[in-house]
Amino acid sequence: MLHTLAVLVENNPGVLARISGLFARRAYNIFSLAVCQTENPSLSVMTIVVEGDSQVIEQVTKQLHKLVVVHKVTNLSNEAVVDRELALVRVKVKTETRLEVLQTVDIFRGRVVDMGRSNLTIELTGDKEKIDAFIKTMRTYGILELVRTGKIAIARSDT
Amino acid sequence: MGKFEQDIYRARDPEFTWEDEEILASGRYNGAKALLDVLEKEGVEVIFGYPGGVLLTLYDALLDSSIKHILPRHEQAAVHAADGYARVSGKVGVCLATSGPGASNMVTGIANAYMDSVPLVVITGQVPTNLLGTDSFQEVDITGMTLPITKHSYLVKDAKDIPRIVKEAFHIAGTGRPGPVLIDLPKDIMAADVIDPHAPKLSLPSYKYFTKGNSGQINEAAKALAQSKKPIVYAGGGVITSGAGSILRELIDKVNIPVVTTLMGIGSVQSKHPNLLGMVGMHGTITANLAVNDCDLLIAVGVRFDDRVTSGLKHRFATNAKIIHIDVDPAEIGKVVKAHIPIVGDAKLVLDELCKKAMAPEITGWWAQLRKWQQEYPLGYEQDGHLNPQTILEAMGKIGGENVIVTTDVGQHQMWAAQFYPVTSGRQFITSAGLGTMGFGFPAAIGAQFAKPDSLVFLVTGDGSFQMSIHELATTVQYDLPIKIVLMNNGVLGMVRQMQKMFYNERFSQIQLHANPDFVKVAEAYGIKGIRVDHPDQVEPALLEAINTPGPVLLDFTISPDEVVLPMVPSGKVITEVLGGVD
Ligand SMILES: Cc1ncc(C[n+]2csc(CCOP(=O)(O)OP(=O)(O)O)c2C)c(N)n1
Repeated sequence: MLHTLAVLVENNPGVLARISGLFARRAYNIFSLAVCQTENPSLSVMTIVVEGDSQVIEQVTKQLHKLVVVHKVTNLSNEAVVDRELALVRVKVKTETRLEVLQTVDIFRGRVVDMGRSNLTIELTGDKEKIDAFIKTMRTYGILELVRTGKIAIARSDT
Repeated sequence: MGKFEQDIYRARDPEFTWEDEEILASGRYNGAKALLDVLEKEGVEVIFGYPGGVLLTLYDALLDSSIKHILPRHEQAAVHAADGYARVSGKVGVCLATSGPGASNMVTGIANAYMDSVPLVVITGQVPTNLLGTDSFQEVDITGMTLPITKHSYLVKDAKDIPRIVKEAFHIAGTGRPGPVLIDLPKDIMAADVIDPHAPKLSLPSYKYFTKGNSGQINEAAKALAQSKKPIVYAGGGVITSGAGSILRELIDKVNIPVVTTLMGIGSVQSKHPNLLGMVGMHGTITANLAVNDCDLLIAVGVRFDDRVTSGLKHRFATNAKIIHIDVDPAEIGKVVKAHIPIVGDAKLVLDELCKKAMAPEITGWWAQLRKWQQEYPLGYEQDGHLNPQTILEAMGKIGGENVIVTTDVGQHQMWAAQFYPVTSGRQFITSAGLGTMGFGFPAAIGAQFAKPDSLVFLVTGDGSFQMSIHELATTVQYDLPIKIVLMNNGVLGMVRQMQKMFYNERFSQIQLHANPDFVKVAEAYGIKGIRVDHPDQVEPALLEAINTPGPVLLDFTISPDEVVLPMVPSGKVITEVLGGVD
């Protein structure tokens, strides 16, 4: 099962190496990783999607806590969350498919952010399922290039 | 620094004293001096180090410092010596090496300390900051290389951070579950001016460690103990680290329950204690292993269910038992086996509370069973007229008395020492357990002797292991350390040979040490006494002669390569499949 961990870390050099090294040497599988600063400039948050049963996740969490630079680990899979990814997709278009592609982009609430003679670049945000579905659809036209961020997530507020 | 700036410092820092002013007035107060100053303030008496290009400023400053510097003959020995010092003294050990090969030579020693949770501050020189990352002369990424084997590490980028970082390093190394902390110091940082000699407050907002255990859980543990029919304590290195030995003994005396120790836990309960069933695990006593296998309550304290204890069979280990797991490191709990009553906390504090609440269970039947096993499967050996290694260890125990420290290397001799040397207290039996590092024993003995100058220090070693650190003879001579080297010379890599004998049809491969030197002559070449012993009758006189000879002595005991360490639970097997014991 996939778990999403929000790992609050000190904003020191080498932090990423410490975290990724821990995952590598203990053979935990990282599915995606997104790092950014928080509103507190001395802390960063890493959103890590990791695979494992509850025992593995418990060990991952404890091992992370052992690192001197790790401030807090939250397993967001136990909470109601809003999560998002961002994808940029460059799709092949011909005169006769262009309209179809644009309509699909519209349905997915994507945006065209760049345009070539025979391609469109589309920006799309959403959860993993939505982005997967969009990518699947775009494959029928031919995807020239694709980049997507890892997941970022935030717990839903309870007020 | 001008008067005005000094005033500013005084205003900012109420601890600013006239001494600081003097330091500042004396001119250059550089990173190297700041480092030595803060080491002194941390109470460091001795550091084990080896110089090199990037450390010139530091070694120059060392000439004016009160800290004693010991020069081993290899950087790996410097770490092991600091490690031995730390294990014996209970303080943080400090070692130092130059950049590049000096630093990488320390890697094994750091891993060794990490595995056995030994508090060290390891200082490495580094190339100047403007050359970092350019593959410059003698540059290695030592913080990167040691990431998985340090509790924490620092690459110092600003000289003014030195006092704070060193203070933090000592704090991290020595608190919670101890471990090595590495500080990598670029050459220019050591030469740069430090403007504020005061170590500011620690800045470790995320570092936390546990002390007191949860009282509710301890109540649960006390309840489980009172109701148990077959309880047993499984005590490890954590007991010794936290100084919990005496409270553990109080507990087992109060409620009269049996105890087994791990290799790291040797000394937590004295060998002669009637409740001690011996060491558990691969070469442990049969009774200890049967007891753990059969118990209904396992009180695990400061242990990590290592595969040398569980045979790597976590699902077949103590299967009938409710498990109480007491450890200061939450990540150890549930890592290998599931604990029914997990208690995160310092072993001493937890046992203290548990002891107060503990009530004796009714376990007469259990004791009868244990005593029967002990009678059936005593830890013995055949005295066949040859010089048996066990005889040597028993004689050492008899002659040495209580004020003795034994360090060991790795191999058969180590296991015999664990089985047969009569240990009386914690911090007395020093061995490389988790990493099993050949070459550890001799430098560890050096560190031990510096920690306890008045104790008799024995090194128990094999001819393979000894030659991995034989160069340390020079160090013992240079500092006149009266270490007594007990070399069990079987002409082979005995432990490997034993396994080839037992599990590979005696197809012996690369275990002969054909070109061994004459060790007595080697000793003499270093100007120390060497004594060869090849008959059991000579053991005691030779040991006495060694002890009565000032300075280091090497005792070269000729033993048979056919000696084996028994009993043995082969890895992947359970206790009922033990070799040399249970039918
Ligand atoms: C650095 C290192 N290399 C290899 C080993 C594997 N090993 C374990 S015991 C042993 C033989 C040790 O021989 P010796 O020191 O002569 O002791 P003996 O077993 O003969 O008592 C070896 C090679 C090790 N533990 N450490």
